[in-house]
Amino acid sequence: MNPDTRKTANRNSGLPESPPRRSFLDYLLGASALATLGAIVYPIFKFMSPPQIVESAENSVVAAKLSEVPPNSGKIFKFGNKPGILVHTAPGEFKAFSAVCTHLECIVQYRDDTKQIWCACHNGQYNLSGKNIGGPPPRPLEEYKVNTRGDDVVVTRG
Amino acid sequence: MRIASITNWLDERLSISTLAAVAQKKEVPRHRHSIWYYFGGMTLFLFAVQVVTGILLLLYYRPSAENAFESVQFIITEVKFGWLIRSIHSWSANLMIATLFIHMFSVFFLRAYYPPREITWVSGAFLLIIVICFGFSGYLLPWNKLAFFATKVGTEIAGVVPIVGRPILRFLRGGDDVTGATLTRFFGFHVAVLPATATVFIAIHVALVQLHGMHVPQKYEHNYQRMKFFPNFIMRDLIGWILAIGVLAALAALFPWELGEKADAFAPAPAGIKPEWYFLFMFQTLKWIPAKILGLDGEVLGIMAFNVIALLLFIVPFIDRDPENRRRHLIFNICGVFALLFIVVMTIVGYVTK
Repeated sequence: MNPDTRKTANRNSGLPESPPRRSFLDYLLGASALATLGAIVYPIFKFMSPPQIVESAENSVVAAKLSEVPPNSGKIFKFGNKPGILVHTAPGEFKAFSAVCTHLECIVQYRDDTKQIWCACHNGQYNLSGKNIGGPPPRPLEEYKVNTRGDDVVVTRG
Repeated sequence: MRIASITNWLDERLSISTLAAVAQKKEVPRHRHSIWYYFGGMTLFLFAVQVVTGILLLLYYRPSAENAFESVQFIITEVKFGWLIRSIHSWSANLMIATLFIHMFSVFFLRAYYPPREITWVSGAFLLIIVICFGFSGYLLPWNKLAFFATKVGTEIAGVVPIVGRPILRFLRGGDDVTGATLTRFFGFHVAVLPATATVFIAIHVALVQLHGMHVPQKYEHNYQRMKFFPNFIMRDLIGWILAIGVLAALAALFPWELGEKADAFAPAPAGIKPEWYFLFMFQTLKWIPAKILGLDGEVLGIMAFNVIALLLFIVPFIDRDPENRRRHLIFNICGVFALLFIVVMTIVGYVTK
């Protein structure tokens, strides 16, 4: 039977024409294929995005013992999961900052020759108030409060 | 117009139309035992599931004695859908071994290894060994108690083999004991060595199936219909694969794979410890073998016997090669049925005994 005669036959018998019914089935098949694919791909994408790790909200940490940092020296300490830098200045004052360079996140160090905080990656320089004074860093380092408690040097987030 | 020109460009370089013409002609025999043709493809599909979920697990897994257990714990508790991906990886591994066994026994009983398909069979036997190695090495990776002891026992079994045993044991363990060094090694085998080897053998196996076509059992040789591979057979394959995904998701959701307790080299083995089900029949056999047989170590004899059987598996198509040899035919059927019964009975016994 050629398609034209079938159409006529269907119309005459009162049945719906076959093309719409077929396209409905095609649509149904396509939709379920998409749904299946979605059910597979969605978990995969969710799996790949790393979960948020809850940071321990540490506000205060013992950065060093007094004896560890003589005048004109610095020390990197762990503040939560980020590094901090404790500086014992030549005049005998304690200073503490975030040790993460504001340029591209290298870890800074104290230089006893220039008496500055220095980032070795791109020669960024900060003074002992944490202000960016040379090289590429765009912002000062975040400053923390320092207290001494007996032999402990305690650093507190501002 | 644009699409047509891109297709033309590609066709000139890759001659897709030639491939398509070949694919158009590809046919699959249709007879009472056609159902068994689907199990090879099913095994391959489950292998693909293993590759995808395995790569995903690699994003978070850490292969060291200090971190492995915690990283798997992290995957199943913190990572979104981590429990699902990990459970599917474990379940799919088990189903793959099951479909592989079904595929192997169906090929054996239908004698699909007759000339010229000997190498197809041998490459399949290699794939069986590779898949078992996958299972054994992957089992250790979560670094839990069961895995730790399973690896101790499994590598010890390799060590029992005379002369070569001890060096093999040291090679597998990365030392004299099961330690973090073993874990790193097994990880390397599981994600690099075995996948590379498997890829080569799968390529050979599948290429040979294409070359020789599906084997038709002797009984139907002159009396069978044909079915187009594209789209008829592949559509049927597809339905099987979609079902498999459904089964995997259901199993993973209803029976999530347990993690157990972290391995401890100084804790006693937990009571009732058993290997994975596909090693159970060997485990049970070794439990029943008397300590001494004719003055020799029963255990050593048992292990050697399994090795000999594995070797026999490889040379099956070279012993039974004449379709007209009815007596050999019968002997092979009896051996096959006996092996199947032995595996099934011993697995059940191993499962129910305490």
